Amino acid sequence: MGSNMAENHPVGFQWVMEARERGARIFHVDPRFTRTSAMCTDWIRIRAGSDIAFLGGVVNYILGHERWFDEYVKHYTNAPVIIDEEFQDTEDLDGFFSGWDPEKGKYDVSTWQYAGMEAHGAAGQREEGFEPTKGEGSGHGGHSGGLEHGEPPEEDPTLQHPRCVFQLLKKHFARYTPELVAETCGCSVEQFVDYCEAICEASGRERTGAFCYAVGWTQHTVGVQYIRTATIIQQLLGNIGRPGGGILALRGHASIQGSTDIPTLYNILPGYLPMPHTETYGDFESYMEANTSPTGFWGNFKSYWVSLMKAYFGEHATPRNDWLFKHLPRIDDDNSAYWTALQMLDGTVKGYIIAGENPAVGNTNSRLHRLALAKLDWLVVRDVVEIESASFWYDSPEIESGELVTGDIATEVFFLPAAAHTEKDGSFTNTQRLLQFHWQATEPKGDCRSDLWFYFHLGRLIKQKLADSEEERDTLIKALRWDYPTHSAIQEPDAESVLQEVSGREVETGVFLDGYTSLKDDGSTLCGCWIYSGCFKDGINQTARKKPLWEQDYVAAEWAWAWPDNRRLLYNRASADPDGKPWSERKKYVWWDAEKGEWTGLDTPDFEKDKEPGYVPPDDAEAQDAIAGDHPFIMQADGRAWLFVPHGLEDGPLPTHYEPQESPFENSLYSQRANPRRQQFERPENPYAAPGSEVYPYVATTYRLTEHHTAGGMTRTVPYLSELQPAMFCEVSPELAKETGLEHGGWATIYSARTAIEARVLVTDRIPPLEVQGRRVHQIGLPYHWGTRGLTTGDAANDLDHIALDPNVHIQESKAFSVGIVPGRRPRGPALPRFVEELRKRAG
Amino acid sequence: MSIGDALDRWPVFRQLREGDPLGLGRAARSERSRVLKPRNDEADHVVQSVCPYCAVGCGQLVYVKGGEVTHIEGDPASPISRGRLCPKGQASKSYVQSPLREYKVKYRRPHATAWEELELDEAMEMIAQRVVDTRAANWQAETEKGDPANRTLAIGNLGGATLDNEENYLIKKLCFALGIVQVENQARI
Repeated sequence: MGSNMAENHPVGFQWVMEARERGARIFHVDPRFTRTSAMCTDWIRIRAGSDIAFLGGVVNYILGHERWFDEYVKHYTNAPVIIDEEFQDTEDLDGFFSGWDPEKGKYDVSTWQYAGMEAHGAAGQREEGFEPTKGEGSGHGGHSGGLEHGEPPEEDPTLQHPRCVFQLLKKHFARYTPELVAETCGCSVEQFVDYCEAICEASGRERTGAFCYAVGWTQHTVGVQYIRTATIIQQLLGNIGRPGGGILALRGHASIQGSTDIPTLYNILPGYLPMPHTETYGDFESYMEANTSPTGFWGNFKSYWVSLMKAYFGEHATPRNDWLFKHLPRIDDDNSAYWTALQMLDGTVKGYIIAGENPAVGNTNSRLHRLALAKLDWLVVRDVVEIESASFWYDSPEIESGELVTGDIATEVFFLPAAAHTEKDGSFTNTQRLLQFHWQATEPKGDCRSDLWFYFHLGRLIKQKLADSEEERDTLIKALRWDYPTHSAIQEPDAESVLQEVSGREVETGVFLDGYTSLKDDGSTLCGCWIYSGCFKDGINQTARKKPLWEQDYVAAEWAWAWPDNRRLLYNRASADPDGKPWSERKKYVWWDAEKGEWTGLDTPDFEKDKEPGYVPPDDAEAQDAIAGDHPFIMQADGRAWLFVPHGLEDGPLPTHYEPQESPFENSLYSQRANPRRQQFERPENPYAAPGSEVYPYVATTYRLTEHHTAGGMTRTVPYLSELQPAMFCEVSPELAKETGLEHGGWATIYSARTAIEARVLVTDRIPPLEVQGRRVHQIGLPYHWGTRGLTTGDAANDLDHIALDPNVHIQESKAFSVGIVPGRRPRGPALPRFVEELRKRAG
Repeated sequence: MSIGDALDRWPVFRQLREGDPLGLGRAARSERSRVLKPRNDEADHVVQSVCPYCAVGCGQLVYVKGGEVTHIEGDPASPISRGRLCPKGQASKSYVQSPLREYKVKYRRPHATAWEELELDEAMEMIAQRVVDTRAANWQAETEKGDPANRTLAIGNLGGATLDNEENYLIKKLCFALGIVQVENQARI
């Protein structure tokens, strides 16, 4: 669901086909019949933006038909835990959970806690004090809520207590009946029930089932909760931590996993350590206290933190100066990419460096991003080709329409050509957490340089300029460890030396660390990213291991390196029963070897090796020692998977079906139509269509093609690929074509409240209309690869979309929004904005 | 033409002599086909690499001759991809050698209507100075409420999901030390 895997991850899809050949049923649930649907055993069409209704229906089916995996649920999830008596569900409050503050537009989460607990938590306090309307969630991989002891205060192992998580879950999803699912999603009751039966049958001791998803799930104003709903299903069915199970994120860029682990993200530091906050953490002690979980592996937070500061600042970071804490930059707002673009429009962001990204095509409401770039003082663009984000000042729809005039744009633009992957050493982290090193094949030509080169030399030059500064603000840059060795004529920094720092060493001896359990909180170790610790174990680049597949078992543990500790399957303790025995012979993976007194199996156990299954923590136990031997989820404060999330989410402890920001329909469940906590940015450059608008009656969804990659910089510039997919198009059904006069192969103008674009028309049965709430609704599919540059050019689909974000992770809703469509090419020049304005007036 | 040559040109004779009576194999091969060799055979060296497109992480073998990439194909040793590549991965030699690739720095002055040339070193110097100046002019030591901030909100950095871990590491490390907090990448798109 939420993915077109055959199209966008074709080589990964070979494993799905292997499963099908062995008899697995593979369902594709999607608004469009795609290359994936064609290869699956079943296709269920649903309306874009309705997945929580669908998945919530599955939860209800499992609970209503007693299909859950009882032992797994009782031991490994928080199903038995009793929740605060003040908690109220959306079923009680018509679409809101308890704690909603309409003035602030955010939730007070204190009533979502486990009963008998203070509202506090590991890393949890970092959210307190954040401006409510700007929104800041728990950060990627957010920490668990803290418990004073490993066990929640009140539990009912029989799952009967009315306030236990299990009963709350039942109540919350009780109305997600097959009939409601059919009415909301547009599928049939029979298809839906068949699906539920199939996934229940594929689960249990002998079998496992998996969900694969991509940005079709994340790009919504309730994106995080889409995935949460799948986690509830997989917990109930016992499909986490077991081979063949899981919820697999199919990520779209070579190192998008790596760029969140070692984040180029504003709110976290390497290894998901939260950025310091202006108000919440006045000093080092309170920062530590707020982020160190009393129980679970986040209990070692200080070791991770201090080792990072030693990697960053070396001898300048000492216990006496609190590891330089008072000098560190702090955040207190949503500083995400969309926010930054809005700040550019307002003139407060002056300088911008773009490296391998193309917001002028790839970000939603691309038009807004181009207008924003034109407000900058200076811009640096690093890419292999001159992308639209570099040429906006002379080649863009706004220049064409006269909204921007080249001579009026004051932005100073530097375009620096980048090296390709074959021209540099480095590692990518793939979608399954594998760090794979790639070696340089040829020297980059001309001025082409790696980004390693650019940032290293930029830092070197800045350090030189500020070396004699007495300003307090320059303390950190002066203290920065920036002494990487370089090689070759261009002085390329040594990528392996950077990876060595990431992996970690003893400060005194330089000895390489084995892994994160070797990290110390006294400054004697340095480590650039605790979850990557050990990737250079024994001085060997573990990420460069390339033992061929035919020399290994299916786990292939000696191909590259997985974080953490080369574990290929996270939480794999759950592949054994509470006593440590495999759930079944067929599904054995990691188990307790009583004779040797250790966990063993096909993979590195994701559990302390010698912790017995029967281990009961003493009362004064801390960190991982406070997690019992039958609780596999060691990063959680209570060692269990969370069906109900007491802490860490902005928009509710349980997923709820809400309509998208722009939708033709009311919410079938509540009078509250959309996620009340979503982030909206109402401003002239980002207008929203009113719900149910007749001017924009169709549901649009954007997607990718096999032959192109995201904003097109790496594919519209390649002759073969441009020939294979030569033009921007829109997919419409024969019914919609007839209704609006569109001709196959002809032109269409698609318009939203933002702007209008044109595309070739592809009339196809692949995107049929649906019956929703007794009404027929048409959907339009739009690939988003095109822009004004390259060997093949076309209008950018993202120009149509708005900026409205998920409150937890600030991801935009590009998978469901409202448009209209008419035959013919769009107006040119100044006629385009007039056309858009006219429609907006009609829409009121 | 000698009789021997004439015989050699007679297909039936060749088919019988080559043990290829149906004429579907070696007997039908032209001289040009016979001497053709895969360009991989002539590579100076082969580098194990990883596909730069999506996050599946398929193994690639990059063949190099005379300092140029001559071929990129799937790495059969990879347990992820088993030698396979999708159309993008297969076209990655054309990506590396795209006719639209840029090899020189381009510079656009404020209000200018065209690019101009600029030396790389000079560009680096200018960019470093822009960062230093913009940061100094827009430094926020404290918030309006008087809490420590130690940052500039006037500079942002975007990109990372297509870059290497090592590159992301340096970006975050440098920006953090400069108090540049608006560091973002494609993870949100």
